[in-house]
This record gives sequence, C-alpha cells and structure tokens, in this order.
Amino acid sequence: MIIRNGKLVLENGVEQKDLLIENGKIVKIADMLPANGEKEIDASGLYVFPGLIDMHVHLREPGFEHKEDIESGSKAAVKGGFTQICCMPNTDPVADNKVVVSYIRHRGEEVGLCKVRPIGAITKGEKGEFLADVGEMKKVGAVAISDDGKTVKNTRLMRLAMEYASGFDMKCLCHCEDIDLANGGVVNEGLNSTVAGLNGIQRAAEDIIIAREICLAESLNVPAHICHVSTHSGVRLIRDAKRAGVKITAETCPHYFALTDDVICDFNTNTKVNPPIREEIDKQAIIEGLKDGTLDCIVTDHAPHHADDKNVEYNLAAFGISGLETSFALTITHLYKTGVLTLPQIADRMSAAPARILNLEGGKIAEGEVADLMIADLDKKWTVDSAKFLSKGKNTPFEGHELYGEVKYTIVDGEVKYNG
Amino acid sequence: MLNRKDMLGLIDASADEIYEILDTAAKMKKLLKEGNKKLPYLEGSTATILFYENSTRTRTSFELAAKYMGATVVNISAGSSSVAKGETLVDTGKTLDAQKNDFIIIRHPMGGAPYLLAKTVKASVLNAGDGMNEHPTQALLDMLTMKERFGEIEGLKVAILGDIKHSRVAKSNLFGLKKLGAEVRMFAPETLIPKGMDKLGAKLCKSREEAVDGADVVMGLRIQLERQQAGNFPSLAEYADFYGVDDKILSYANPNAIIMHPGPVNRGVELTSSMIDHDRSRIEDQVLSGVAVRMALLFLLQQHRKSLK
Repeated sequence: MIIRNGKLVLENGVEQKDLLIENGKIVKIADMLPANGEKEIDASGLYVFPGLIDMHVHLREPGFEHKEDIESGSKAAVKGGFTQICCMPNTDPVADNKVVVSYIRHRGEEVGLCKVRPIGAITKGEKGEFLADVGEMKKVGAVAISDDGKTVKNTRLMRLAMEYASGFDMKCLCHCEDIDLANGGVVNEGLNSTVAGLNGIQRAAEDIIIAREICLAESLNVPAHICHVSTHSGVRLIRDAKRAGVKITAETCPHYFALTDDVICDFNTNTKVNPPIREEIDKQAIIEGLKDGTLDCIVTDHAPHHADDKNVEYNLAAFGISGLETSFALTITHLYKTGVLTLPQIADRMSAAPARILNLEGGKIAEGEVADLMIADLDKKWTVDSAKFLSKGKNTPFEGHELYGEVKYTIVDGEVKYNG
Repeated sequence: MLNRKDMLGLIDASADEIYEILDTAAKMKKLLKEGNKKLPYLEGSTATILFYENSTRTRTSFELAAKYMGATVVNISAGSSSVAKGETLVDTGKTLDAQKNDFIIIRHPMGGAPYLLAKTVKASVLNAGDGMNEHPTQALLDMLTMKERFGEIEGLKVAILGDIKHSRVAKSNLFGLKKLGAEVRMFAPETLIPKGMDKLGAKLCKSREEAVDGADVVMGLRIQLERQQAGNFPSLAEYADFYGVDDKILSYANPNAIIMHPGPVNRGVELTSSMIDHDRSRIEDQVLSGVAVRMALLFLLQQHRKSLK
C-alpha cells in the first residue's frame, strides 16, 4: 500500500511525503514513490499521524455487554483513530487472572480491528486485599496493572504491588481517590456543587493519593503512572516530582481540558465522571501540564454506559464518559486550533507517550516501524451526535459541540480498519 | 399566572414571579383566615404527592392546600410503593402521567430529582425539597411571613444560623431574598458552610453577634443529629453554646426582629425554648403562610396549564 501526498506528523515536524507499507511495516518514506500496483490512498490535504494509542479505556466485556463489548468498543476505537487500546480490568469477573486476561486478548484478536491490550488488576477482585498474579497475567498479554475505579487503600499493599510489579517491568496505573475524603461525592466541590446542591469531591481527595503514589515511587525507586489527573494541584505535585527525578508519568482526559464544572448545573448526568470535571483554574493547569509535558499523555477513560445507567437521579447515575469517538477532535479543537500544542506534540501525547510508558509497539512514523497509522482532515468541522456513535455508550457531555478534526482512515498493521 | 410549567427552584425565578406568588398567597392567606376552606379553583384537577423522604409539615401543607381548592389528592410514600420494588423515578413519572395527574409534588433526598421528573412528565412538578438543592415553597412562605410583618422585603436584614451546608431552605431563601433586595447573613460552624455561598450573595459572618446585629429576621435552621455523628461538630451541647440563639443573642437584633424556623425545631439546640415561644416568634404563622403559598402556586400553575389548552 502507498499513502500519497499526506502531511506526515513526525517526531520533529510535519513533512509531506509518500509512505510505502509492506507486510504491515512502514518500508519507505520518500517523495514521489513509484506505483507498485498495490492499493493507494490519496492523502492530499490530510495529515498522517501515528495510530493513536489509548492506554485507558473500559470495554465492559466480560460481564457488562449491555454497556459495551470488545467488538463495539473496537469499532468506536478505530472510528476515533485508535490503533491500540488498553482496557481496564473492572469487568465481571474482574481481569485479575490469566483466564480473563487471555479471554479479553483473544476476543480483541477475533474482532480484529484495533489491538486490544488488557490491563490486569492489582489486587484480586479489585478488593484491595491480595495481589493478583501479576506474572501470570503478563505472560498472557497484560500490559500493566491497575485497580482503576478504586484506590488500593492499604498503603503497604500498594507499596508491595509497585515493588513486585517492577520485577516484571509492569507499571501500576494508579486511580487516585481518598475514598473517605470523597465521602460519596458526585461532582467537584466548589461553587457549582453548592448551586446544584450535589455532594462535592474536594481536590484533596485526589491529590492526597497522587502524593502518596509519588512518595512510594520515590522511596522505592520504581515507576508509577497516575491516571486521569483532574486538579491543578495534582499537576503541580507531578511536576515537582518529575523535577526531583521521581519515575512518575501521568495522563489526563479531554473532558478535563475542554470543560469546567459549569456543565453540571442542569443535572445532566452525562457530565458525571470520576474524578469530576473541575474548575477553570484546573482546566488551565491541565492544559499547561500537557504543554510542558508534566502530563505525558491524553487518554479517554472511555467509560460507556447504557442509557438506563444515566437516566436516573444525578446521585444514582453511573460515573463515566464515552470518549473514544470525540477524543481526537476535542484535542484538535481545544489544543491545536488554539495554538497550545503542535501536531508533533499531539502525536506524542496521544501515541508515542503511551507507547513509551507501556512499552508498546507503534507511536511513531519511521521506516521499519509497524504500519499503525491514522489519517485525518483537521479542517473538517462536525457536530457531536451521540446517536451516530459506534460505541454502545452514548453518554457524552459534548452532545451538539462543534469540533474540528475528522478521522478518515485508521490503518492497523498496514490494513485499513476504518474509512470514514 | 406564572409562565412556567413547573416550580423547581428559585434559582431561575424572577423578582416579578416571586412578587406575583407572594401577592396571590397573601390573598389565599386572607381567605384561610376567614375560614374559607372550600375554594373551587382546582376542581377537576388531580395532584399526586410523591415523597421519598419523611415529612409531616410539608406533606400535610401541600395536601391541605390542594384539598382546600377542590383537587383530588393522592399520596404516595416511597416506602410503600413500587419505588420500594425498584422502579426508577422516570418510570414512576410516566405512570403518574398516564393516570392524568395535573400536578406532581415531589420531595426527594437527591438534588436535581425534580428536574429529572419535570423533564419526563407533562404534569406540573412542584419541588417540595430535593436533597441539598432547593425548597422553594419554604423560602416563599418565609418571604410571605417577612413581607406581611415588615411590608417590604427590600432592605431587610435576614440572619440565617445553623446547618447551611445541608440546608435547601437556606439556599432557596438566599436566591429569593437576594432577588427582592434583602441582605442575607449566614453563620454556622465552618464545617457546615458550603463553598461559594458568598459568591451567591450571602454575607458570611464570623459570630452570632455579627450575624444578628441589627437584623430584622433571625432564622434558625434545624440541625440533624446525623451531622454530629458524621463529625461536623463535636456535640449538641457545644453546638447550642456557640451556634444557638437565645435571649442574649436576640438582644443584638432590631428590637422588632422576628424569629423564624422552618421546623421541626430541636428545642434548646438551634433555638432556646424562650425563642420558640417568644411573642415575636413567627414559627406558627410560617405554617399558615405555607398552606397559602402552596395554594397560590397550585393556582398560578393551573392558570398556566389552562392557558395552554
């Protein structure tokens, strides 16, 4: 296959070149490649990115297939430009053993759209009591461990988890929430929680555990990764830790740089997410953190839910946003069109960085690399319409938003898996 | 006539709307005082009272208001209904709509629940208190009581003392009173003041004396025992000592100041018995204002419903 005339988003700039793909690899990058009789894609006016990698999604299978399954999640992923997605273990049963981890990996391969990389649980049943079989899960394809959705409350157990996992070159992906301090809150604690009369969650509930994981990583000299950072103070803690040489990496999500908690005031349950959408000061700090690299990557925390899980009182509604099909466009609209990030920086935050953090293939466009690519029209304007989502989860707080950036092709191992 | 389907909160009510409700309520109150308990305004209408929380005062107040005007009234308690069988609020709402209810009066422990119901049903929804969000009819009856005593709300100094954080009453009063030009002061243990009350227009005070100084209205709020158990303050005795209102505290207020409380009162905690039984206490008058305000709201919303037909 040859991709012609695309603007390639490379590590250090954007260059218009042709791309030759053979046997699932990028073989040659050059001007005016000769036709070889194979399929050609005319990418004139379009940008070619390394295939996006989302290291934090929920695919709900096994156990919650009414919300999403590996097939629908994979379809949503390739539509969103993702060639690899890493799915969290809070399924039913929990992915805390090699059987469930293998099942997820094999279902992903059977569906055969994007690469589905399972994340194993830190503790058995995500109960925070006993370590899950980290080595066994890695052997069958787990790329990291996480009790996402919950913090491992016992600090000594978390220490052992980080320490033990480091022996397998596996990272703990840390969901940071002091559950006692959060005290059943459903939105950010601030003016808007008061206006709406909803229980608030203080920033400190997140920051305290971010600080704890930083302390553990520093003290043990092992790496750790902070999930879905939402607070300005959390960004500062991570920035300081990185300056001090602690092996910390961190992610954030589009809803933290694109929204403020003003959106909760009409009780729209699609704005309910954990950690909660916060205030302008946080939004600005998240943007700054992505710019200076304090926050390594953008993930979706894709958390699809059935309409029934959301069409209830705000307190009772499930936490989570269906994010795979809006993530790229939100990034282009809020970070590229506004001049915050360059295209190579976006390719880094959405592809190269997650690949680095989890030792995954892909993440860059270069000769010899795997041909996981995404081709997009950055000037195409479109309106978010959840009815058109391929994900079963229609729960988006961005309904009706006008966004720039449309995915035209998603190519995995040199094969077109999505053509929009 | 109110140009709205529902009454969910005072956050989006205009001063004109509030005055219209208060003026209508004053007329209703006069009729009640004259012993008129058989008015024809809601004949042929149905109101369902759907309470997911215990209540005596508000429930009977709404029920009597609807009955005094001739409506057919149905009472549903969450404990003894399909709610206990796990029916969602949306499905309950659809059922009530299918039964041709004109009004649904809802009390719910979670903020925003009446908004969800109102979006779902054709009936007019009246919020009788939702979690920590709003309790608009309580604030309206409080304002009616103040207006009747002082003639005007504008320029009044209103001191609200007690559990502000969990109080939908304090918040609805703040929204309403600010719109009518009153000054609202608040005082509570630091753990029971929610973020941003000052940005919403409240004057946050550092002591009871500061809050009550020159006030025209001294309003106590009920303190729930479970707040103490949750660690918001150490004991009821300490609460009464530092945050309660007694004769000494009242002496800082305007000599004509009235004492109010949404009830039920914990005697000797937020107010001493001498405050509750004081000749300037308006606690019982608030109860009568409550029936009148609810009659007025049902009447005005009914006018709106008729205008659409």
